[in-house]
Amino acid sequence: MTAADTAGGPTPDPPSVAAELARAARAFPALLRVGVAEVVAYRAEFLVWILTTNMPLVMLALWHAVAADGPVGRFDQARFTAYYLGVLVVRLATSNWMAWQMSMEIRDGTLSAKLLRPIHPLYAYAADHISAVPMRLVVVSPIVAILFATSWGRLVRHDPRLLLILAASIAGAWLLMYFSMVLLGSLAFYVDSAMGVFELWIGLHGLFSGYLIPLEVMPRWFRALADVLPFRFMLAFPVETLVGLLSPGQALRQLAAQWIYIAVLGVLAMRVWRAGVKRFAAFGG
Amino acid sequence: MAGRYAGLFGIQLRMSTLAAMQYRVDFLVRGLIAMLWSAITLIPLLVVYGARKEVAGWSLNEALVVVAWFTLLRAVLEGAVSPSLTAVVEHVRKGTLDFVLLKPADAQFLVSTAKFEPWRLIDVAGALVIFSYAFAKIGHWPSPAQVVTGLVFLALAVLILYSIWILVVSAAFWVIKVDNLSYLFGSLFDVGRWPIDVLRGVWRGTLTMVFTFVFPVALMTTYPALALLGRLDGKTALLALAGGGVFAVVARWVWQRALAMYTSASS
Repeated sequence: MTAADTAGGPTPDPPSVAAELARAARAFPALLRVGVAEVVAYRAEFLVWILTTNMPLVMLALWHAVAADGPVGRFDQARFTAYYLGVLVVRLATSNWMAWQMSMEIRDGTLSAKLLRPIHPLYAYAADHISAVPMRLVVVSPIVAILFATSWGRLVRHDPRLLLILAASIAGAWLLMYFSMVLLGSLAFYVDSAMGVFELWIGLHGLFSGYLIPLEVMPRWFRALADVLPFRFMLAFPVETLVGLLSPGQALRQLAAQWIYIAVLGVLAMRVWRAGVKRFAAFGG
Repeated sequence: MAGRYAGLFGIQLRMSTLAAMQYRVDFLVRGLIAMLWSAITLIPLLVVYGARKEVAGWSLNEALVVVAWFTLLRAVLEGAVSPSLTAVVEHVRKGTLDFVLLKPADAQFLVSTAKFEPWRLIDVAGALVIFSYAFAKIGHWPSPAQVVTGLVFLALAVLILYSIWILVVSAAFWVIKVDNLSYLFGSLFDVGRWPIDVLRGVWRGTLTMVFTFVFPVALMTTYPALALLGRLDGKTALLALAGGGVFAVVARWVWQRALAMYTSASS
């Protein structure tokens, strides 16, 4: 990607998706290098940010106290341990708070610089996020080690179908988080302050994704609601597959639901983004 | 001296209220969201107590008293403490702290009262509702002496909250970017939602020690709740109060050290 690509001014026809993807693929290694350098430069902040994800451990301690005198439903102490460690791993691998960055860049006009670049801003955001993966792995691997050490017998190991579904579900969780962040972030094109909506989203996500409490121990009406909302497919589904709470049939059905949600949210997010960019009027630049 | 600062405090409070009232719709929406949020945070508690009558020696209604304290303190934190102090971080980064330092009043006082978010009052109302509900269910109301102890602990809790925040902000003089630290603070503060005894089983109580002495969330929510419930003995109460006082003195000292480090952006 060179300066010559941009020098010709705005092109009259938007490039096809395939051409755009091919371009992005060429730029990806460079974007990743920049991203990794950034994460390394701000490593202290990165670690502090990781430490912020301590809620599952607090909830684990709480449920341990609760389950001390007998299991809650299918959950005994050991299963709670496996579940919450799984939550930590999946959450650290897939969590994504891009909406905050997007809304800030839309408001203060930094986005216009990104729009000028010959690569779609949404790919740039995605690259930003993916480039943190090596650092994330560094943080996640000790947790995985603890998970294996404490709960090896509880994890899904023997069924290759479930292992495949697990891999697909984690990738799907990442995509769902990504698209919902694009959708939320694009709100900043339309309203001045979307912080209230973000807060609401975090609250709903915390409950309906099984982040705070395994959905299984929730009341029946709550579970019915969680089954139709997209949140469970961002976290609870991969974790439940991991700790062996789902049969292959159930897991497969959920996987289908997850990818339907990905398609719907993906299309919706792109639409909203595109319409938003059209009304975007940057300050100064 | 005190009169002058009281006057200044009044002015700062009025300015924030006026600013907030300009955006009436935002005011209402954020108030409503705050209320919804409080309701959402009750769900985990209800689920846990749906499974058991008692957890770590706390019944549902007693745990609700802790939640009420937590809600009240979070209202104080997010309505009065953190908005101003977040502004300080911005000042330090941009170098505009100069303008504050030039004013003929104590800088810590000025920056700490710069911004209030009055819609958090709705949270205070929510906390009072939870208190009333919990004590109505328990069946006997706290005695006047217990209420007084509770209020003293409220003052202590606000002092500790404020001190920790001052410490976080002081870090801004060294590391500039502390938004993450404030999130970390928020996530640790969330532990205060639960009676501290639920953590007693972890690593033989190490976690309980940490949240009582190092990052004293227990002092802010569990102990005041114990005071209201009449389960706190005098000695523990006095020790807790002394500890909180020491915390505040240390915070003030660190702030002054940090301020001495401040080199404006242009120099």
